[in-house]
Amino acid sequence: MTRRQPIATGSDWNFEILDAFEHEIARLADEYRLDTYPNQIEVITTEQMMDAYASVGMPVGYHHWSFGKQFLAVEQAYRRGQMGLAYELVINSDPCIAYLMEENTLMMQVLVMAHACYGHNSFFKGNYLFRTWTDAPSIVDYLVFARKYISECEERHGVEAVEQLLDACHALQNYGVDRYKRPSPVSAEEESRRQTEREEHLQAQVNMLWRTIPGRPRGDALAGMVDEEDPLGLHGGGRYPPEPQENLLYFIEKNAPLLAPWQREVVRIVRKLAQYFYPQRQTQVMNEGWACFWHYTLMNRLYEEGLVDEGLMLEFLQSHTSVVQQPAFDSPYFSGINPYALGFAIFTDLKRICEAPTQEDREWFPDTAGSDWRETLEFAMRNFKDESFIQQFLSPKVMRDLKLFMVVDDDQEEMLEVAAIHDERGYRRLRDSLSVQYALAVREPNIQVYAADIRGDRSLTLRHVQDGRRPLARSVYPVIRHLHQLWGFPVRLESVENDEVVRRYHWPLAEEERRE
Amino acid sequence: MTYFIDRRANAKHKSAVNRQRFLDRYRTRIKRSVEEAVNRRSITDMERGEKVSIPARDISEPVFQHGPGGERAIVAPGNKEFVEGDRLRRPGGGGGGDGSGEGSASNQGEGVDEFAFTLSREEFLDFVFDGLELPHLERKNLVDLDEVRQVRAGVSRDGTPARINIVRSMREAQARRIAMRAPIRRALREAVEALAEEERKDPVLRNPARISELKEEIERLEKRLEAVPFIDTYDLRYNNLIDQPQPSSKAVMFCVMDVSGSMTQAHKDIAKRFYLLLYLFLERNYEKVELVFVRHHTAAKEVDEEEFFYSRETGGTIVSSALTLVDEIIEARYPAGQWNLYVAQASDGDNWDDDSVACRKLLVERLMPRLQYFTYVEITPHAHQALWEEYERVEAEYDKRFAMRQIVEAGDIYPVFRELFKRRVAP
Repeated sequence: MTRRQPIATGSDWNFEILDAFEHEIARLADEYRLDTYPNQIEVITTEQMMDAYASVGMPVGYHHWSFGKQFLAVEQAYRRGQMGLAYELVINSDPCIAYLMEENTLMMQVLVMAHACYGHNSFFKGNYLFRTWTDAPSIVDYLVFARKYISECEERHGVEAVEQLLDACHALQNYGVDRYKRPSPVSAEEESRRQTEREEHLQAQVNMLWRTIPGRPRGDALAGMVDEEDPLGLHGGGRYPPEPQENLLYFIEKNAPLLAPWQREVVRIVRKLAQYFYPQRQTQVMNEGWACFWHYTLMNRLYEEGLVDEGLMLEFLQSHTSVVQQPAFDSPYFSGINPYALGFAIFTDLKRICEAPTQEDREWFPDTAGSDWRETLEFAMRNFKDESFIQQFLSPKVMRDLKLFMVVDDDQEEMLEVAAIHDERGYRRLRDSLSVQYALAVREPNIQVYAADIRGDRSLTLRHVQDGRRPLARSVYPVIRHLHQLWGFPVRLESVENDEVVRRYHWPLAEEERRE
Repeated sequence: MTYFIDRRANAKHKSAVNRQRFLDRYRTRIKRSVEEAVNRRSITDMERGEKVSIPARDISEPVFQHGPGGERAIVAPGNKEFVEGDRLRRPGGGGGGDGSGEGSASNQGEGVDEFAFTLSREEFLDFVFDGLELPHLERKNLVDLDEVRQVRAGVSRDGTPARINIVRSMREAQARRIAMRAPIRRALREAVEALAEEERKDPVLRNPARISELKEEIERLEKRLEAVPFIDTYDLRYNNLIDQPQPSSKAVMFCVMDVSGSMTQAHKDIAKRFYLLLYLFLERNYEKVELVFVRHHTAAKEVDEEEFFYSRETGGTIVSSALTLVDEIIEARYPAGQWNLYVAQASDGDNWDDDSVACRKLLVERLMPRLQYFTYVEITPHAHQALWEEYERVEAEYDKRFAMRQIVEAGDIYPVFRELFKRRVAP
């Protein structure tokens, strides 16, 4: 290969240089058949980056104090020099919006373009979760709609009323996602038009449900059984909802008895946005690993072709190494497993398994070993989430390299026990356990709507399916308080383990409990 | 396809609204911190922001989470000496190290218990002066004011070329052209029609004289049509500016202080803090604030700031000397029509007995009619003397524009200041 002149040297950049680099990266990415959305690269200032950060990466967000708090926290940390700002931020939209900070050196800009505009971008476009759950072309439109709608509500109903509603919704937003159903994409105008229709329709539906005249009992399960307390079967008719509902916000939106139509719409907005971020929460390791893998590959190609000089390459390697570094558990810098490190290690090792498999790899990955690496990586990127990706592709070599070990923490035992280490006996258990650690269903308590007492006191009962005797944190009280605000009637929460209710929470609290 | 967009010039403070919402929400807490800061800070220190901490518990956004306890497995990196089956003591501090958490939680700064952030200078002063208001801000009478501002007031027919209003001038010109050409065009059309009719006639019946007459007429009319000027001086319109009396945006603050032997440096520091608060407050309300320092013992003198606060004098006290000097300075340099006048006087209450009556007279007759506000603080733990009593009589007469308070120690300044300027409910 003929080595060419570096496009630029030193750390200064301008738009021509960026353009030239972008062009070369695009050419290389194309060689690797990376399929991406068009890129929209925006150069912004530090302060704008903090803004973008504070609004969790939404280019347009509605107003809420929590974003202000976020901003102050970011600003404070940045001023104290505690945290370098992330050098990049990329938004899952079509075109894919990526931010470059003006303070970045030339190397950083090139790195960010490779990482975000080709790494993350192709992940957003290819991964099945993003394909299923998010709609890149319409998200910005939807955000615009949400912002407009919420500010209209503020005008009509007062900032405070909207703020309280949003507080309550935010507390439940992690439980505002459908895990199985696919939502359909719509544009902002369409959304706005539908919103009006929905208001009417929804209210009618709720009215039906809460009619005070009881309908005919519907429950077949209880048919034939005569309840001595209720011989006329007034309270019969089965549980509502008949099946537990995992999407709490959806349930609230459709069934909360007292919410006004606009309040239902706000619940819906929060729910929709939670849904949009849902894939990101499930693919941290993969997404970052994929982006790191590609920036590493692309930067090396640029160097091989002579388009960047040694100076830039050294700066890059220094930066790259610190990004994919994994401090040991006893290091003062340890703060859990670094998703960049783990993801990068798995993808890199997967390439090695394809190109130069060892005997061990052939045993562990009979189908993968020796296959075309580009196709294998593409397959891995497209069809997995963190949980299944680790289960499928975490190799013994990566476990050895990271020196992984598993500790069992049982509060009934006095000591912790090392249950598995990176050895022949431990590989599988380590892998299972790490995979579970990334399962969203395990990371967050499993809580579902169990019953709404539509014929009685209108109370709402949730069920927390407890596993391994792990109780809920104390934050459960403020959260069910918020839920109570939305529902408008008493809220109960039961922790159930092995079909047995082990703990009950409820809101509002009785007088004597409040004083505790 | 890739686009580069340079957004750096875009609006910066995208988060300003959210930031403000946050500050509003925790207003009472932040205000408490700010008040503590004001009392703690040194005088020269008012001009910067303030770090404020709020207990993180109060502002947390709760979500369902796993609590400590139960049985769980943790995978961690960096094993050095452990083998399967090893038993370890629990690391201190209980549940710690449940790493991996959510991505966004990591940038909350070090303080788990305190949420700390910095108020900007503006925000800080907003909190300091929250709920305060300058008394007597309503203007005496607009006609009294010499200050004027030129404002646009429609268009006029004369003016300087620099103020020509092109759009209006062209519109006038077009209107005039239409108006002037219309009768000519009509006559022309009639002549052309007549000529055409004449020419359609049988050659025998034609009237050659009439034809040539019509042809001449047409030519004459066409010339006239062309002669209508495209633009005329008559069309020109000028932007009209008029002078409008303007509430004065300038204020001058007289700092009057007793520097006789009985005033210690501690007294002066207290006075200085009071002046400083007043100065910052005025600065927020007026575009331009000038300071005049007048100190006095038996005689008054205008001095610079350094000398005002730090040079020592001894001797007796004649307060009226200072008031007379203030009066002279106003007379000479700050006409009341153009300046908002504020006087802040600090003293330990000593004065020559018969001078106090003179002070009252001077105030009532000369100064008060022209001042926006007069504040007097007496820095003394002792009982009041003659001056205070005389001033009380002034206060009775000018209760809206004259205020006096006693300060015993530095901690009193801020509360006293707030009391002096607290927003009064409109009567």
